[in-house]
Amino acid sequence: MKRYIDMIVRYTEDGHIIPLAVRWSAGELFEIDKVLDVQRAASLRAGGTGIRYLCRMKGQERYIWLENDRWFVEGKD
Amino acid sequence: MFGGGNVDRIILHSDCNSFYASVESLYRPEMRGRPAAVGGDVEQRHGVILAKNEQAKKYGVKTGEALWQARQKCPDLMVVPPRFELYKQFSRLCHQIYLEYTDRVEPFGLDECWLDVTAEGANGVQLAQEIRLRIRQELGITVSIGVSYNKIFAKLGSDYKKPDAVTEIHRGNFKEMVWPLPVGALLYVGRVTQRKLQSYCKHTIGDLADTPEKTLKSWFGKWGSVLYAYANGFDNTPVARYEDREEAKSIGNSTTTPRDLVDNEDAKIILYVLADSVARRLREHGCKGRTISISVRDNQLETFGRQHALSHYTNSAAEIAQAGMELFMQHYHWQRPVRSLGISISDLVSDSTPLQMDLFGAGQEQLRREQLETAVDSLKRRFGTNAVQPAVLLQDPELSGFDPKHDHIMLYGPIF
Repeated sequence: MKRYIDMIVRYTEDGHIIPLAVRWSAGELFEIDKVLDVQRAASLRAGGTGIRYLCRMKGQERYIWLENDRWFVEGKD
Repeated sequence: MFGGGNVDRIILHSDCNSFYASVESLYRPEMRGRPAAVGGDVEQRHGVILAKNEQAKKYGVKTGEALWQARQKCPDLMVVPPRFELYKQFSRLCHQIYLEYTDRVEPFGLDECWLDVTAEGANGVQLAQEIRLRIRQELGITVSIGVSYNKIFAKLGSDYKKPDAVTEIHRGNFKEMVWPLPVGALLYVGRVTQRKLQSYCKHTIGDLADTPEKTLKSWFGKWGSVLYAYANGFDNTPVARYEDREEAKSIGNSTTTPRDLVDNEDAKIILYVLADSVARRLREHGCKGRTISISVRDNQLETFGRQHALSHYTNSAAEIAQAGMELFMQHYHWQRPVRSLGISISDLVSDSTPLQMDLFGAGQEQLRREQLETAVDSLKRRFGTNAVQPAVLLQDPELSGFDPKHDHIMLYGPIF
């Protein structure tokens, strides 16, 4: 399942996009401790393609995709 | 042409498998593992299969056939409407990947490309495998890639094994791989050429390769030499650079009409609607054209096309429609009702090309007409396509009530 999410990101002066936090719901904000990998990749499970960020949050690693101008994660089916 | 000292080129031909259907099934996981197709709008009657997935192929569903025919073969067929913008985006994403390997990337339609990856020490098959994997991982669709020393065999290679595969055709194996294939598998050999070849008992590409070039020339003229070169792997046309890719060569529209057409008045209505959108697109692109082509398909799905070159370049809807109508009346004698009509204009030039005024002031009239149409364009942009219409369109609003410019039913030629 594709779940679009609210993101807080930083645009660097040379045009890079660095995700800072996921606003999962009104009361839940997950800070991204580190971006471990960035590459173009498809997600068959969510159905889409984009720039895939491997992010570490609360000690766990999760993929977050930037597809055109929206962000999504693979939701639980 | 090249001496023996020259090293063979390494040419890849990459073909996205069931392109529209693959992109759709990436975005619609519910399409996967079941027969599914991308099809035109059923309500508007241009219900034809544009692409199908592997499962639908097993039921014999064919591209171009009507949705109802496909459903007869496969009642569970899932049909989704096309999203051309999305396919164009995926096409560009593929090109970006190819361009990381070479600047000689020549698109052929949205879903196919030739790449010239010739370089010292380069391994064509290895590069092709890498590209195939990257497209699958990065874009979530699959490609078949042919690797060869000329464009024609590379293309045959990409057709050889599908989906998600790499096939090499080299000097050592082309006789076994290419020659048993039917002549129709060869690029640009259409139905007419195929039929003619068959009448001479030339059924396979090998038969063609065995025929002396002279004989082929006597049958087909210059085209015979080309066929001879293709069949023998002598083709040495270069892969064009990506930045040199051609602009649209023609602009056209066609439509399957809301009801079958039965007389010239009906045909006139449709041709005017189509010509209007063609002319507006010409003006938007800053072009004029001179050769008008029409295509007519009757209710038995028999199709024919005719063309005519005007004496001057035009972007006027009225002139395009009139030329189309004349062609139609000359060549169609209403043996059967008409199911679909198309009109296109080619031989395009920039509209800044000076207008040749003739002695009797016909040029003046043309200039006046162009100015009028430009003014009408701006009205249509502000108030919608139906804001200003030629009177002929008011005769049968049901027939004229489609908007080819915004429906974008069909584009002739390259889409970009």
